Amino acid sequence: MTTDVSFEAGARDERALSVWAATLRFLLRNRSVQIGGGLLVLMIAIALLAPLLWTVSPTRLDTAMRLRPPGPDAWMGTDPFGRDVYSRVIYGSRISLLVGLTVAMTAALVGTVLGILAGYIRWLDGILMRVMDGLMAIPAILLAIAMIAVLGAGIGSVIIAITVPEVPRVVRLVRSIVLSVREEPYVEAAVALGTPGHLVMVRHILPNTIAPLLVQGTYICAFAILIESILSFLGAGVPPTIPTWGNIMAEGRIYFQISPWNIFFPATFLALTILSVNVLGDGLRDTLDPRLQRSV
Amino acid sequence: MALYILRRLLAVIPVMLVVAVFVFLLIRLGPGDPAAQLAGDAATAEDIQRIRERLGLHLPIHVQFITWFGNILQGDLGMSIANNRPVSSLILARLEPTLMLTLTTIIFVVLVAVPLGAIAAWNHGRWIDRAVMAFSVLGFSIPVFVLAYILIYVFAMWLGVAPVQGFVSPTDSLYRFFAHIALPVLSLSTIYIALVARITRATVVETLGEDYIRTAYSKGVRDRDILLKHALRNSWVPVVTVIGISIAALIGGVVVTESVYNIPGLGRLTVDAVLASDYPVIQGLILVFSFTYVLINLVVDITYAALDPRIRY
Repeated sequence: MTTDVSFEAGARDERALSVWAATLRFLLRNRSVQIGGGLLVLMIAIALLAPLLWTVSPTRLDTAMRLRPPGPDAWMGTDPFGRDVYSRVIYGSRISLLVGLTVAMTAALVGTVLGILAGYIRWLDGILMRVMDGLMAIPAILLAIAMIAVLGAGIGSVIIAITVPEVPRVVRLVRSIVLSVREEPYVEAAVALGTPGHLVMVRHILPNTIAPLLVQGTYICAFAILIESILSFLGAGVPPTIPTWGNIMAEGRIYFQISPWNIFFPATFLALTILSVNVLGDGLRDTLDPRLQRSV
Repeated sequence: MALYILRRLLAVIPVMLVVAVFVFLLIRLGPGDPAAQLAGDAATAEDIQRIRERLGLHLPIHVQFITWFGNILQGDLGMSIANNRPVSSLILARLEPTLMLTLTTIIFVVLVAVPLGAIAAWNHGRWIDRAVMAFSVLGFSIPVFVLAYILIYVFAMWLGVAPVQGFVSPTDSLYRFFAHIALPVLSLSTIYIALVARITRATVVETLGEDYIRTAYSKGVRDRDILLKHALRNSWVPVVTVIGISIAALIGGVVVTESVYNIPGLGRLTVDAVLASDYPVIQGLILVFSFTYVLINLVVDITYAALDPRIRY
């Protein structure tokens, strides 16, 4: 008897594993997933290996080396303070990806919790969704800038400031899924069989949100990387002592006419990273969520 | 119809109330005492207390909110901390460049993106369609300020055909207005051209598959008339929707574009206010921008109901 149970559990594990493996294999067949995912993996590798890749410390000042053009000493030139742009750009990938991934995960998590509450508790729905409508009426960059002005500059406050405007979008998505799935016969059946509410939620409703959330999360990640660079560029983001792509560009601004590489190298990395995440998102959307395929 | 308009108008009230409460709480509940910041480093405790009383900060928070909100409803957005002028007059003084930039951008986007999307849809699956889609993916991913610097580099520094910075009012010189606004509009519009072209393409492709299009073909309607009169005319609802919704992102883009091109508009005012911790100006700008966004989408919704007989509410 006991052997039977363990055998069954083992079989189920194997099947669950193969479902994930099959999904992954299915995803990897998509051209956009290949290109976007490949580029993103490369960027993540650069970010992780940054200390090995930079040639000098990204914050080392060398006044004798100000505004040098790209060459063998400094592959991407130097900035107005004589710092090595290549090393700074490599370091900047860490901040961008950290902010992008953290914002996407936090927004997805908070948004899912609120979305489920809104979809399941009727009296809360009205209040919560009005608040979300209000938040969505404030342009995301403005809301982020205002929050930074209040919270003060720093990576933590940048992450909060970018997450808050994104949460309502996730809430709406999750709520709409909960509302439609709630009426499905299999959920009704589970309720009729006396399954407790939280188990219905976790076992039968939550799995339906995974695919759309993954797609939405990817787009949020791209958007967060963009907003972070904009905030830094405007001087209202990560403090200028930390090299981020936006900060490097902000410092190169006044010297743009003499040394455009101070802007163009971080700009290229920024554009490529956002492009890779967006292309990955398009690929995930096309493979995971055929309903969304035609809308955008 | 009248009932629908009334209902939509009423729906604006809770949204703007939430925006107002949020903007109010953000500044009041944030760390740091506004009175202490106003008073400066050399202020004594009595000075700070005096400023606090003058600003009404010693009153209970709901009383503060009601006073503040009442003033806003009368058009009084408070005083700027940085230069001691009414926020509303600061905003009015900077309104023109931003209005001109956004209006020119929206017109340009519609003129370019809708034909682009329609042509792509008409040539569905062919190289021209793939080219438009590739542009749409690229255009959607390139950050506004990156594009802005590429354009400055090519057109202002390399070719020398455009001025780098600044704004000239069209009432002063129409030619110089267009010369100065050309690069900012190009930078700002690319992402929306990408977005609107994508939506137009998707909608027209769908419409072209409808039965009545096949009927039009079979009764011998010319290709051009099928696209312009039958397909495009029935595709405008999603296109106008996406233009309305993307106004929010457009406002964000304006902040960046005005910064890069040194245009003295509301976007620059926002950045200056943040750098100076000028909270009343930040509050005023958020309220004005959000209200504009909500109002535009209200007009978009009402236009549908008024113009499209298929939409019934």
